[in-house]
Formats: sequence, structure tokens, C-alpha cells
Amino acid sequence: MIIASNVTKKFGKLTALNNVSLTCNRGECIALVGPNGSGKTTIIKSILGMVVPDSGFITFNGNNILHDWHYRNHIGYMPQIGRYPDNMTIGDVIEMMKDIRSDAISLDDDLIVSFGIPDLYNKRMRTLSGGTRQKVSACLAFLFNPSVLILDEPTAGLDPVSSEIFKEKIISEKNKGKLILITSHVLSELDELVTQLVYMQDGQLLFHKTIDQLCFDTGEKKLTKAVASVMGQSKITSFGL
Amino acid sequence: MLFYTLFLLVTTFSVFSLDENPAKGLLSMLNIILLIVPLVSIMFSTIYLYNSAEFIELLVSQPLKRKTIWLSLFIGLSASFSFSLLIGIGLPIIIFQPNAIGAMLIGIGIILSNVFIAIAMLSSVKTRDKAKGIGFAILVWLYFTILFDGLVLFFLFQFADYPLDKIMIIISSFNPIDLSRILILLQLDVSAMMGYTGAIFKDFFGTSSGMIISFSILMFWVFFPVFFSIRNFNKKDL
Repeated sequence: MIIASNVTKKFGKLTALNNVSLTCNRGECIALVGPNGSGKTTIIKSILGMVVPDSGFITFNGNNILHDWHYRNHIGYMPQIGRYPDNMTIGDVIEMMKDIRSDAISLDDDLIVSFGIPDLYNKRMRTLSGGTRQKVSACLAFLFNPSVLILDEPTAGLDPVSSEIFKEKIISEKNKGKLILITSHVLSELDELVTQLVYMQDGQLLFHKTIDQLCFDTGEKKLTKAVASVMGQSKITSFGL
Repeated sequence: MLFYTLFLLVTTFSVFSLDENPAKGLLSMLNIILLIVPLVSIMFSTIYLYNSAEFIELLVSQPLKRKTIWLSLFIGLSASFSFSLLIGIGLPIIIFQPNAIGAMLIGIGIILSNVFIAIAMLSSVKTRDKAKGIGFAILVWLYFTILFDGLVLFFLFQFADYPLDKIMIIISSFNPIDLSRILILLQLDVSAMMGYTGAIFKDFFGTSSGMIISFSILMFWVFFPVFFSIRNFNKKDL
């Protein structure tokens, strides 16, 4: 569904993405894992067309995304830090998004209801806590029933109850056959969600494996430990041992 | 924005009430339009664009054309500034000076606002750093209001032995503020004070074709920065 081929992006001297190739298909739930500054957010932004790669290309359903914008109708994006105009209320923001994506066929307001957002409709964005902002971003990402969900650090700042609701929502969407891309540092949370893992370091994609394969390779049962053992290895290799 | 409107309203009213002669009032208004309006337009727009950077980022991740986003921002800014100007300067002018010169003053004020909004959009898309962007905006304003005239004066003295009248017309089109000033001053019939060059100016800017040309040059000053800022925004990493 999404294919990135040899994508390279440099910010000045820093190579944010170094020849990254990635294939994502329907029904997969992919975790993007890696240390800070490894290029996770950059690859997500390239898929969304917010960052234009220096070389390489990305296709969505077989079409190159360069200079295209219609494909974003099929993507729900939840940014790391959601920022909205301060003087708008939650209701305004949601209405505005509905207006922007007026050609969405069906709306999915499960999350709005289960997060209790309607009670907060008249609150201004500037008065919201970080967690509530995250909830609004999550609602907006799921609202238009997109076939691809891109979630950048989704559970950071959510309370345990909300984060549980959110995870159940992700699982139910995954079971509907949608493609879900998640970046997170909280690996224990990803454990029950993801089917595949992409590990990035220094702008390079080190591996892309299914969870079963990864657990088999490392001899660990838990995702947390499997990734920890991989990270340990890559640290050793980067020291040249 | 409301404050800006009120400020314009109060100054215009006071300028017109201070002086018995409304033509003098118009001259004072001209100075306000040539100094304050560009400054407020360019500063407010630059700060606004930097403050809504994250929101623009959010919009870019939605199924919208980048060009549409950027043009909507321009239209939003332009509409609110033109509206403020219409109320703030238009209202007193309708009361005190309901004639062609008054209308021209408002028209030029609106075009100048748009020119400086356009320049603000170009400078904010070019630099990522807020402090740099705002600094550049101030510098542009300073250049067009003060430095440019100084440079022109210097140039005139250096080449005083040559006939420069025609060239002056071309040079003045490099500065939207100068161009606006000449257009208005000629309407006010004080061009006699500008000597021989004034006569040449009158010959060119006073005719309808000259006016049309100078107005289209002013429109170019809006169009080009917006055009280049769209081109840059299309390629920008957010």
C-alpha cells in the first residue's frame, strides 16, 4: 500500500534518512522503533508529504505522492505534539476538520464519545492539558475512517484509562484490515498491538521483521526484551566490536 | 487587529479635526499611510505566520493542496487588513473628504498593506527562525521607508550632471512606498514644489496611462512576492 524506495533526506549536514526502503501493506500494524533522532518522525513526515525527500520516492497505492494531495484523504495522522489555533474551541476544530475533509464517506466518532470530548466542546484549545490535546488529535486521526493510520507517539501523555481505550480502538481498526504505523518508546504498550517491527538507527533502516520472526531470532518471548537485545547488539556493532 | 482599526480611526479623526484645511489633513494622512500601514502590515503578518507554524503543519498533513493553504492565509490576512483600513481611514475620509483623492488614498493604503503582507509571506517562508524572520521584516520596512530614499538621493547627487528625470521614474517603481507617495502627491497638486522633475512626473504619472502603469507596478509588488512564496512553500519541509 505504501512503498518507500531508497528515500534519502538531508537537513544540512545531518542525514535524517539514509537510503530507506520500506513496504507497508493492508492489515499490518507496524511499529517504528529506534533511539531519539533516528529518523522515525522524518520518514512519517515524508509519507505525509510534509518533508520532501532529496532522492528516492514514495508511492501510495501505486501512485507517486510527489505533488499529489488527494491520497491524504486515506490517511489519518496523529502528530507527536498536536497544536491548534489557541482561540478555537474543541468543537470548532472538529467542525473545521470535517469541513476540510468533507468528502469522507463515513465518520467514526467512537473515540470522541469514549473520551468524553462532547462535554469539552466549548473549551478553548489554549486551556487544554497536554493529555486532552492528545485525545483531540487521536479523535481527529480516527474520525474520517481512513484506511491508513499514522500515529506518532500516540500514548505519550494519556492517562492509563484513556490509553487502554485507545489501544482497543487501534486493535479493532487493525482487525478491520487497516494499515497502522506507530512510533513509540513505550514498547510494553506495543506488545499486544503490532505485527511487525521496523528498527531505525542514525537514519538507516536496520531491519523490518514480523514480531514472530524477531522473537525467534533473539530467543526472547517479550517484544520489550527482544528489542532490548537488538539495541544492545547494535550498540556493540556501532562500537566496532 | 481591532486595536489597529481603532488606532487608525482615532488618528485620522484627530488629524482632520486638528486642521481647518482638509488638504493639509490629507497630507498628514498620507504620511501615516506611507509609514505606519506598511510597518503594521509586515510586522503583524510575519508574527502571525510564525505563530501559526504548527497549525500550518497540521493543515499540510490534511488532504489539502499546499497552494490552497498558502493562498488562504494570504487572503485571510489581506481581507482583515483591508477591512481595518476601510473602517479606520475610510470612515473619516468619507466624512471629511468625500472625493477622488480620498478614495485614491484608501485604495493606495489597501494596495500597500497587501504589498507588505506579500513581502512578509515571502520572508517567513524563506527563514525558519522566528527572530531572523522578524528582523528581516523590520529591515525591509526600514529599507523602503528610509534607506531607499537616501540611496536615491546619493545617486542623484553623484550623477547630477546627467539628465536623470526619466530614470527617476523607473527607479521610483523599485519602491512601492515611493511610487504611492508620488501618485498621491500629484493628485494633491503640490507637484509644482518638486520643480522640473515634478513636471516630468506629472507628465508621466498624471496621465491616465501613467496611472494605470504605476498601479499595475504596485500590483506586481503584491503578485511577485506571493508567487515566489508559494513556490518556496511547495518545496518547504515542515
